[in-house]
Amino acid sequence: MAIKSDVRTEENLIQVVRDDGTVLDKKLEPEIGEADLKRLYYHMVLTRAVDDRLLRMQRQGRVGFYISSLGEEAAHLGSAFALKTEDWIFPQYREPGAAFLRGYPLLKYVCQILGNSGDLMKGRQMPNHYAYKPGRYLSVSSPVGTQIPQAAGFAWGAKIRKEKIVTLVYFGDGATSQGDFHMGLNFAGVFTLPTIFFCKNNQWAISVPLSRQTAVPTIAQKAAAYGIRGVRVDGNDLLAVVQVTREAAERAREGEGATLIEAVTYRMGAHSTSDDPRIYADESKIEQWKPKDPLVRFQKYLAVKGIWNAAFEKEMTEKVQEEVTKAIQEAEKLPSPAPETLFDDVYAELLPHLKEQREEAAQFKHLGKHKE
Amino acid sequence: MPTVNMIQALNDAIRSAMRKDDRVVILGEDVGKLGGVFRVTTGLMDEFGGDRVIDTPLAEGGIIGAAIGMALYGLRPIAEIQFSDFIYPAFDQIVNELAKYRYRSGGQYGCPLVIRTPSGGGIKGGLYHSQSPEAYFIHTAGLKVVMPSNPYDAKGMLLAAMLQEDPVIFFEPKRIYRAAKGEVPEKEYAIEFGKANVIRQGTQVTLLSYGAMVVEAAQAAEKAAAEGIDVEVIDLRSLVPLDIETVIRSVQKTGRVVVLNEAPKTCGFAAELIALVNEKAFLHLQAPPLRVTGYDTPFPYSLEHQYLPSVERILKALKDTAHF
Repeated sequence: MAIKSDVRTEENLIQVVRDDGTVLDKKLEPEIGEADLKRLYYHMVLTRAVDDRLLRMQRQGRVGFYISSLGEEAAHLGSAFALKTEDWIFPQYREPGAAFLRGYPLLKYVCQILGNSGDLMKGRQMPNHYAYKPGRYLSVSSPVGTQIPQAAGFAWGAKIRKEKIVTLVYFGDGATSQGDFHMGLNFAGVFTLPTIFFCKNNQWAISVPLSRQTAVPTIAQKAAAYGIRGVRVDGNDLLAVVQVTREAAERAREGEGATLIEAVTYRMGAHSTSDDPRIYADESKIEQWKPKDPLVRFQKYLAVKGIWNAAFEKEMTEKVQEEVTKAIQEAEKLPSPAPETLFDDVYAELLPHLKEQREEAAQFKHLGKHKE
Repeated sequence: MPTVNMIQALNDAIRSAMRKDDRVVILGEDVGKLGGVFRVTTGLMDEFGGDRVIDTPLAEGGIIGAAIGMALYGLRPIAEIQFSDFIYPAFDQIVNELAKYRYRSGGQYGCPLVIRTPSGGGIKGGLYHSQSPEAYFIHTAGLKVVMPSNPYDAKGMLLAAMLQEDPVIFFEPKRIYRAAKGEVPEKEYAIEFGKANVIRQGTQVTLLSYGAMVVEAAQAAEKAAAEGIDVEVIDLRSLVPLDIETVIRSVQKTGRVVVLNEAPKTCGFAAELIALVNEKAFLHLQAPPLRVTGYDTPFPYSLEHQYLPSVERILKALKDTAHF
């Protein structure tokens, strides 16, 4: 059924599954086959396990920096799952599950975090800034919100070529303050572009709360200013996220234009390993959000459906832990990128001045903590 | 071969690129029905329709952000920024996104986007319709930066820009948009990036320039010749990649160099050229290299010809160098 929602109030939140796993609104429950439900659960468990392990490795000094997506797994996995394989994702830096779902190999992911020679980005970017073209997954950059007009432009290109694909772009509540948010949504509205603007409202932009980003009660209502559709969904409810994203994608594909989805969630950890929320955040907020844990809720939903039980959980956890351990072990064996790769990919071809600089650099092999 | 001005040559180049490849689209402010505020895109909307010749909302950051998306999708977009003075709202998209997309993705993605933008003063445009911001972009790894000085080069370089796999900032010297006329072949041709053009052979002083200032450079060289100074004038055309070989070969011959650009002096491209000459031809120099540039002030309205390098200023620099 078509989702119709008044998004001007905080109360109006689309929800499908209650905290106890029972279905609140049967009409909104998306059809997902058992294999896909299991695949989604696997990716939720995997994402959480990877985040947990790499966070701990950062504490041990084995990883330089890390950004965890703890608590936001349903928002990004549900939305990425709702797309078709021919659709494209414009990521931010807190959706590892979406990349895994798109086939980004775990080993490659860990290599990116370590910045070693196994990394598809050739060790050029900070951890969590990856791209995976085989999975139609664009490239993460640190400046906030820049991907928003790009996603609109990509969808525009497809529309001009009459190819029925959709782009989905992730960003946080902080990004909605940027000019790029305004421009991206405005272009999408004016040209009726097949884009899904997916805001993961985790209520924090490092230390600055949502109340400092906007004076209106919801982010979804901003859609009205651009003549596009706005939807507000419980971002910790995987099924609800799948449902609203599917509908947005179908509408986009049918030429009905863009949707702004506000997925309300909560950042259960720090912004990054360089952050310390104890300085600015009320810790009781975390306690309030714990019962809404998206992984637990999905688990309960699967239990109600008769898919999840203790044996299933044990098998899944063991499988995931083994995969993560293996990926980390293999990744840690790999050396740093070769020094001469520093000059590759600045341009498609090596320009003369860069060739000259590469020759100069070749005399100085041991830069910083380079590991052979 | 027809004689045309630079606007006609650019229009011709865009038209033939669009005819040849239906992935080519052009987007910007007023580029559609109006044909651009300088009329470079005149008639294109009639021929190619509103899907490929697109009047956008008034938002330079949005134009470039969207054009990046189009290029990533596989189109060959040309984005017009109406005046290069208005390019700064798109600076983040150009410098942090467009320029770095290939590098940061480990070569997985490329961004072949051509940004056309009129640049330079002398049209009574004041602070905000006269700037020469090329140095910001030359400084950014990942961008190619070019500026033609005549209609023949304008067509050949724009068609070459359309063949690049990487982003190009294509500055158009608007002061000579209509003033510069020349013979331009009707057929397609590309002028390879990174090849300077020695427009006047000489033996005593090397004068380097690009864009509209090439006109003044040639005039100053003629006047210098009348005073017995034989000047070699080089139109760099392509700033990134730079044809440093042609520059150094010339300086090794003349032993003297003057660099001319209308952008402000401090950290302008002239400074980089002199540094390169010092690094690569220091022992050939018989006089200190000199710069003739705009001043380190905002671009003025009423006094623009006091600000812009004049033939007289260039001639003085040539004489000072020759007689050092």
